[in-house]
Amino acid sequence: MEAVAEETAGLERSISEAYRERRSPRDPGWVAEIRRAGMERFRETGFPTVREDAWKYTNVAPFVNVPFQLASHERGSFARPLPLPAGAGVQIVLVNGRYAPDLSSVGLLTGGLEVASLAEVIAARPEAIEPYLAKTVRDGNAFAQLNSAFVDDGVFVRIPARTAVADPIHLVFLSEPTFGPTVSHPRNLVIAEAGSESSVVETFLGTAGEPYFTNAVTEVVLHDGAVLDFSKLELEGDAAFHVATIAVALGRNSNFTSHSISLGGALARNDLNVRLDAEGADCTLNGLFLGTGTQLLDNHTLIDHAMPHGTSRELYKGILDGKSRGIFHGKIIVRPDAQKTDAMQTNKNLLLSKEALVNSEPALEIFADDVKCRHGSTIGQLDAAAMFYLRSRGIGEEEARNLLVYAFASDVASRIRVAPLRALVQQHLGLRLPGGGV
Amino acid sequence: MALLEIRNLHASVAGNEILRGVDLTVDAGEVHAIMGPNGSGKSTLAHVLAGRPGYEVTAGEVLFKGQNLLAMAPELRAREGVFLAFQYPVEIPGVSNVYFLKNALNAVRKHRGLPELDAFDFLSLVEERAKLVDIDEELVKRPVNEGFSGGEKKRNEIFQMAILDPTLAILDETDSGLDIDALRIVAAGVNSLRTAERAMIVVTHYQRLLNYIVPDFLHVLVEGRIALEGGKELALELEEKGYAWLDGEPPAKAGTAPLTVG
Repeated sequence: MEAVAEETAGLERSISEAYRERRSPRDPGWVAEIRRAGMERFRETGFPTVREDAWKYTNVAPFVNVPFQLASHERGSFARPLPLPAGAGVQIVLVNGRYAPDLSSVGLLTGGLEVASLAEVIAARPEAIEPYLAKTVRDGNAFAQLNSAFVDDGVFVRIPARTAVADPIHLVFLSEPTFGPTVSHPRNLVIAEAGSESSVVETFLGTAGEPYFTNAVTEVVLHDGAVLDFSKLELEGDAAFHVATIAVALGRNSNFTSHSISLGGALARNDLNVRLDAEGADCTLNGLFLGTGTQLLDNHTLIDHAMPHGTSRELYKGILDGKSRGIFHGKIIVRPDAQKTDAMQTNKNLLLSKEALVNSEPALEIFADDVKCRHGSTIGQLDAAAMFYLRSRGIGEEEARNLLVYAFASDVASRIRVAPLRALVQQHLGLRLPGGGV
Repeated sequence: MALLEIRNLHASVAGNEILRGVDLTVDAGEVHAIMGPNGSGKSTLAHVLAGRPGYEVTAGEVLFKGQNLLAMAPELRAREGVFLAFQYPVEIPGVSNVYFLKNALNAVRKHRGLPELDAFDFLSLVEERAKLVDIDEELVKRPVNEGFSGGEKKRNEIFQMAILDPTLAILDETDSGLDIDALRIVAAGVNSLRTAERAMIVVTHYQRLLNYIVPDFLHVLVEGRIALEGGKELALELEEKGYAWLDGEPPAKAGTAPLTVG
């Protein structure tokens, strides 16, 4: 029995130890309070189990038993070239959750754009972030609470009001565990001020073959009339655990587009929570997850229509091969005040092997009466009519199948607006899918 | 040797026998029309010839250029020169028409021992053939049939036929759902592809298509068998009398016959 107790203690014990050791007396009191509150809520709930509805298909027991140590701030000497989307734009890199100035290019920003290490902003100008930090994600899951308990470094982005930033802002999270399994808790804050226009790309990468745990939280605030194109590319190492919450609050007539591409990790869980907090907000959520081997890729999205005249469009596609498992859970809430809401959700999944599995769960909670809400979900094999059509033109059976699989994925990839990212994703699809190179 | 010989063809779909002994011989350069009431097996015949999965041949044989067509996979039939213009062309999001057609054409050319076309030569061919069916080149670059109107889809079928240059083209109700203008354009495209080498089987429910694509022979399919055959005059007779008399009912009187059948 003692062995069992020892095992279940794994990560929770190492967390408690790390939490006790990591007091930063220099930090402002309100930051300490965020940490304290996060730890308190995390201790109340502990790690989720499959008995909880939101985690019923995603068993985190295998990795919460691993006593991940807080990632070292010392970096390995092997800072390798980053397989990043090439092209113009600001780039900020975190290695093991810690800002890496030598890999970043945030020195010369024009027009008042701020892209900086969160830790540096906490130290130098805490007033810039106090109104925002831990406000948007306040009801996050146990992992988000845990992230708050370890709030330290990450990326702070502020796009000034009425400014259009043409080039994408790249946030890169690189994990290189140097001593056994490590965990990092990057915390990001993106403030799109009123009337601004910008695009932000998050890329998560890490060493292959070594277990590590990325527990990220990104809070995004769009003020009135802001336009933000937000992409996330999850390309973690094959032994990695990736859990991330992106919490978004949309102001009046703001426009938020998200592209979530999940390719890596042994287990990846994305929570994307968008709250349409003011009238006339518009969000488009696109997602693509490609599972192979024994990967588990879980996408939970929540679109919360709180105010009238909001529009949401959602398209998530999954392709599962091998013994992989995919989960799409898409909740749309339309609150009583959110009249004239127009919401549409589509989830399509393709199973390429008999042992692959996907769970697709749309969940609509509608409390207003003058709204338009539609959703559709499919799980299946390739379209037989399309197969025959291609073959009837002389294209061989295998090539026709490959073409259709690639096309299925490419439909989402082609919506990515940041051109170098789109090219990178299509290149990965080419490598991962049998019909690559189309 | 005839280009196509269908002998006593029986075929079932989901256990229901649809074709009950079809005999048909088509020579190079000929245009054959197949008419018949709904459910007579016209489209089934077209799909059986193209090799659609789920259509089970229970008896009979089909020889194409002397070879057993029924033993070939659909792609092999296409490479040998069989082309089916679909009644309901399939939308394929994410695959551009151009990419799809280039691959298809090169598969066909490779099979015929011809060199594959490079992108430049292929696009020249596209430009030339697009004119035949008055299809917008922008449409050609879009995903296959996605968001196309009914007329655009049918034009795209004939455009594909013009690119792939088949020996036997089967047009399955290519006229259905087309307005007068679209029908004229599609028919003109088909007529421009009539050659001494190419045979066509035009499946249609209505006589009106045959005003534009004038067949050499007409066959009337009823309950899975060819009930009547003749020249192009037969089409006019059918228009007057309807199909009902072929079921053993007395012929409808000329002048009072309903033009719509089924």
